[in-house]
Amino acid sequence: MIKHDSIEKSLPLMVIMIVIALSWGGLVEIVPLAFDKNTTEPVDGLKPLSALELEGRDVYIREGCHVCHTQMVRPFRAETERYGPYSQSGEHVYEHPFLWGSKRTGPDLARVGGRYSDDWHRAHMYNPRDVVPESIMPSYPWLFTNTVDGRLTPRKMRALRTLGVPYTDDDIEGAKAAVDGRTEIDALIAYMQQLGTAITKR
Amino acid sequence: MLSTFWQVWITVITLGSIIGCGILIMYTSRGQRKEETDQTTGHDYDGIQELDNPLPRWWVFMFWGTIVFGFGYLGAYGYGNFKGFLTVEVDGEQVTWTSHNQWKAEVQAFEREIEPLFNEWAATPIPELIGNDAAMQTGHRLFKSNCSVCHGTAAQGAKGFPNLADNDWLWGGSPERIVETIAKGRQGIMPSQLPMLGEEGIADMTNYVRSLSGLPHEADAAERAAPKFQQFCMACHGADGKGNQWLGAPNLTDETWLYGGSSREIAFTLRHGRHGVMPNFSEIWDTLTEQKIHVVSAYVYSLSNEPEVTSAQ
Repeated sequence: MIKHDSIEKSLPLMVIMIVIALSWGGLVEIVPLAFDKNTTEPVDGLKPLSALELEGRDVYIREGCHVCHTQMVRPFRAETERYGPYSQSGEHVYEHPFLWGSKRTGPDLARVGGRYSDDWHRAHMYNPRDVVPESIMPSYPWLFTNTVDGRLTPRKMRALRTLGVPYTDDDIEGAKAAVDGRTEIDALIAYMQQLGTAITKR
Repeated sequence: MLSTFWQVWITVITLGSIIGCGILIMYTSRGQRKEETDQTTGHDYDGIQELDNPLPRWWVFMFWGTIVFGFGYLGAYGYGNFKGFLTVEVDGEQVTWTSHNQWKAEVQAFEREIEPLFNEWAATPIPELIGNDAAMQTGHRLFKSNCSVCHGTAAQGAKGFPNLADNDWLWGGSPERIVETIAKGRQGIMPSQLPMLGEEGIADMTNYVRSLSGLPHEADAAERAAPKFQQFCMACHGADGKGNQWLGAPNLTDETWLYGGSSREIAFTLRHGRHGVMPNFSEIWDTLTEQKIHVVSAYVYSLSNEPEVTSAQ
């Protein structure tokens, strides 16, 4: 039997015991879900992101949008009233990694697709105060001049395919041509305009 | 439904952990003396010593309390495929608690409460409804959640997004037109005039457009563009430039500018065209959609109109 004394005095042992203690609940709360069809099957009509949307997602990650915006409508009346139907796990099966976020400084974006016009998004990204005077969101003017580097897009798609995203060879071949020369704002808006639409535009 | 393997997995780990906690507390409490003394455990870290006393009684009770609570919680909410005994009311029936059922029950309970109110408001004509403070407060809430993102919290608008509080309307300000705008959305399209006018023609037309509302302009240039206005612009904006609310074509003779009235902005509009989009809001809400559109339309109407009759509050 290990003595408490020896755990306290051995750092590696302490680390191992802490990891076991902290992940114990996950054994029943998380592990079985990885094998449950309810959580691993895509919802009807879910499509993998197009090349441009995928690049937009990478802009979203690079700019840290997920730090202030969640993509998770929780099953509470107040949330579904404001944002739309609550999020389902099957909507996120092609996402690696998830961008659910954990804190809302700005509103949830899980159902933002189609809610505002492309022009609104452009005006808002260029300077949020132009359309929402009370906004504390930063401006992202460089997205209007930066262009997407299409050389990496096919490789990103191939990497996602190994993780189970059903990209076809045609998708991957056409990826570079689809994004070359497009601005980052085009990509980001394309990404945002599809968010949550697998459920809302069914 | 989880397979038998995972059901067993969850049961063994969950119940095993709770029971294990009980065994742990019994094991560590055994052989402990009942009284507090000055005796230490022998641990000595930088001169700080640890007393070897029994756990405080209240603490031990709390520990046992959490174990009992744990079983109660599992029984109430269930685990794996086992449904707990808690129920919620959905569609008038008591059903097992799940997060979905709880959400459904919450939504239905709220709708039962607000439906009569919304039905009453929906049956009241908009010019009368704007005298109803409660309806206007609800309308304001709906406006803030859904409309203010583009039109501003005070409905003051922004560049490219119309001010809704100035009684100046692109698509008409009657109650029926406001309802239609919200329910069906609008697409305001100004095509690029570059192919028709050319670069010089755009400079001239900019001056003509500014002349319509009495802004400083070059008279010569405006004069050159006047016949072209009748040729290319009149179909939507009218011969006198007063616009057309059936097409959403703005009045060019007033002081309201959707995209700005500076020479630079007007020239940009002429060169590149504009495409204003008002989304269709009839799909935003799951329930009471028409009623909500009626109420929020009344709120928008109230920003530019006085109530016709003061309803008794």
